[in-house]
Amino acid sequence: MKLSAKEINEFSTWQEMTLGGEIYEPATSKLTNTGAWRTNTPVLDVAKCRHCLLCVPYCPDSSLPVLYGRLVGIDYYHCKGCGICAEVCPFEAISMKEGGEV
Amino acid sequence: MNYNERLSGNEAIAFAMKQIDPDVMAAFPITPSTEIPQYFAQYVANGEVNTEFVPVESEHSSMSACIGAEAAGARAVTATSSCGLALMYEMMYVASSSRLPITLACVNRALTGPININNDHSDSMGIRDAGWIQIYAENNQEAYDNFLQAMPIGEHSDVRLPVMICQDGFITSHALENITLLDTESVKAFVGEYTPENYLLKKENPLAIGPYDLGCHYMEHKVQQAEAMKGAKKRILEVAAEFEKLTGRKYGLFEEYQMEDAEVALVLIGSSAGTAKAAVDELRAQGVKAGLIKIRVFRPFPAEEIAQALSHVKAVAIMDKAESFSSQGGPLFAEVRSALYDLEPRPRAVGYVYGLGGRDITPQHFEDVYRRLLDIAAGGELGPTYTHLGQRG
Amino acid sequence: MERTYNFKKTLEKKERFAPGHRLCAGCGAGIAVRGVLRALKEEDRAVIGNATGCLEVSSFLYPYTAYEDSYIHTAFESAGASLSGVEAAYNALKRKGKVQDTVKFITFGGDGGTYDIGFQSLSGAMERGHDLTYVCYDNEAYMNTGIQRSSSTPRFANATTSPVGTAVPGKSQNKKNLTDIIAAHNVPYVAQTTFIGNFRDLYTKARKAIYTPGATFLNVMAPCPRGWEYPAEKLPEICKLAVETCVWPLFEVENGVWRLSYEPKKKLPVEEYLHMQGRFRHMFKPGNEWMIEAVQQSVDENWDKLLAKCLG
Repeated sequence: MKLSAKEINEFSTWQEMTLGGEIYEPATSKLTNTGAWRTNTPVLDVAKCRHCLLCVPYCPDSSLPVLYGRLVGIDYYHCKGCGICAEVCPFEAISMKEGGEV
Repeated sequence: MNYNERLSGNEAIAFAMKQIDPDVMAAFPITPSTEIPQYFAQYVANGEVNTEFVPVESEHSSMSACIGAEAAGARAVTATSSCGLALMYEMMYVASSSRLPITLACVNRALTGPININNDHSDSMGIRDAGWIQIYAENNQEAYDNFLQAMPIGEHSDVRLPVMICQDGFITSHALENITLLDTESVKAFVGEYTPENYLLKKENPLAIGPYDLGCHYMEHKVQQAEAMKGAKKRILEVAAEFEKLTGRKYGLFEEYQMEDAEVALVLIGSSAGTAKAAVDELRAQGVKAGLIKIRVFRPFPAEEIAQALSHVKAVAIMDKAESFSSQGGPLFAEVRSALYDLEPRPRAVGYVYGLGGRDITPQHFEDVYRRLLDIAAGGELGPTYTHLGQRG
Repeated sequence: MERTYNFKKTLEKKERFAPGHRLCAGCGAGIAVRGVLRALKEEDRAVIGNATGCLEVSSFLYPYTAYEDSYIHTAFESAGASLSGVEAAYNALKRKGKVQDTVKFITFGGDGGTYDIGFQSLSGAMERGHDLTYVCYDNEAYMNTGIQRSSSTPRFANATTSPVGTAVPGKSQNKKNLTDIIAAHNVPYVAQTTFIGNFRDLYTKARKAIYTPGATFLNVMAPCPRGWEYPAEKLPEICKLAVETCVWPLFEVENGVWRLSYEPKKKLPVEEYLHMQGRFRHMFKPGNEWMIEAVQQSVDENWDKLLAKCLG
């Protein structure tokens, strides 16, 4: 039996899969590149960002990482490009550009 | 360490639960299993057990709570009957597919339509394919003994399946019988501690349970369950052997009564075996080679063993205490007849549906069936293979 | 209980709802889960429960769990009962010394799993008083199966089983007032919230709910861009208008005491909230003014009733 989500995929045999669909490690969803879903992409203008962090709790995809009280970028591997962050930013530090490419 | 006590089937189960002292019991009352949570609630009220008793608002919730508790790392038990089991239907599949070895005391009762509180097996037969191990009792002693064996079977790492311990509503659940009990210390030693490898409350690593499976994973998970059910037979016999060492009482996948040289035989489940044995004794006294197979373990179904046990028999009647409305006979008939298919030569087989809603069955009924089998065995016509027994008209 | 709310500090906590889940872009459920779990003390573990629904199929698609903590999903209508079982197990195992540390129990259900099919199981869990928090992310329809009406769907909303037709203008019934119904269970803490400003309201209510001993309930309005038919980025504005129009008042009931969390300085007319959403589009057609009036009247009545309860 393979115990790690990294090793389980659509080719895994029943002997290799965890019993009952259990997963024994945290947050394995991070392996999924939901950033590939994006049709629009947020762009952060670092010069304009005042690190008020208002955008952060509104992100449904936990894709606005914070370190020591500062917004440190956008997690493009997971960001789905909903545009809420750009909408709530009081300083227009985030803008949406067309297309999924970074 | 063994001692005798006069207990009803329900009290025997409640007492076994008390001796095991599970972590969680969640239950909702329904006749005829109601007494089990009643007795148990009294044990809790008296401080005689360490269990968290969850008096839920429905059977759907009792099974849901048991699933939560067992997943959390606790040993969880419940009891129910009839419509209560039917209401659990969805969650029974969740329990087994999540590989949670919950123990359920099923006190068999007819399913509603019309409402009827008496015994037949339509409730547990209706749920026979939910991935639960099913073990049936003939009498109070067996109900008690089977319950003590449930956890060592279901919780074993090779099995990890939930277990239903079934007995006949009122016939055993409410009848007092002298039975032999084990002392609590021996019960605790026999049943052991529940030590799952992973559980929700485990500190070292989290557990996520109950995923959404896409098509690429669902079938593999079902094969795992199927393999576990196949393997459970071995564990059931191992536990029975350990239990025999402890008590001297011997259990197998089914009981063979006068089968060694039998030419005609019945196959049935539960308390009717006592009545059928009386018929066998009567016929044997007349020189008729009659025998009986009483199924103990219905899931996993002991097909090869039954075929072997019936291989020398000329005619067999398979008796279902449940309708399946297949128009072809009950579930036990279908499975036993299918088990006989690969025998060469194979016994001729007929099916009966009897005892619905507590309809009485007497030794005379069984004798009549044996007489028909003798006629078939002697080369007579097979006749209809799907017949009801004991109804008027 | 924390006296002061430090917004930045709450965001420095380790994220407990991981990215890579498969909720739609802009989904309110994801915001609700993050917001509630942020209120956990970092040193405490949690077991997260979940009713079947959008959140469940998106956040634990085998083998990908979006949770840092342990997680259990059993069925659509069983979130209350399943978490009751987990909590009962915790009590038993703690008593037996098999578990030592503090574990909190939080379960999420959509309005389908909470207002409707899971209502009995929720009511049972509340009545028995298990030490757990039930969080409804209310997006006002069965979104996972394709936007069918629920008892939470507001009157006139277009849903796929209460469609707008030539004879019937969307859903006929008013939204069920579930928060009131749960408050009537006399549990120690019940609150209604959504995503507003710097999330002080959601955070403090989640914190109270999680750390108040006993059964507690949070109803979180969590808009669904697909079902409500608005551009995904407009979610903050929709939430704000829901509160400013008093369509979704913010309040809490703590040990039987009703408290208004926010009173708009000037209550906005309901059409400002309704017109942003395609599901209410038909209400703005000429001749349908009565629908807007009816909604306004209903909102006014509910608001007055709430004020009366809060003013004692």
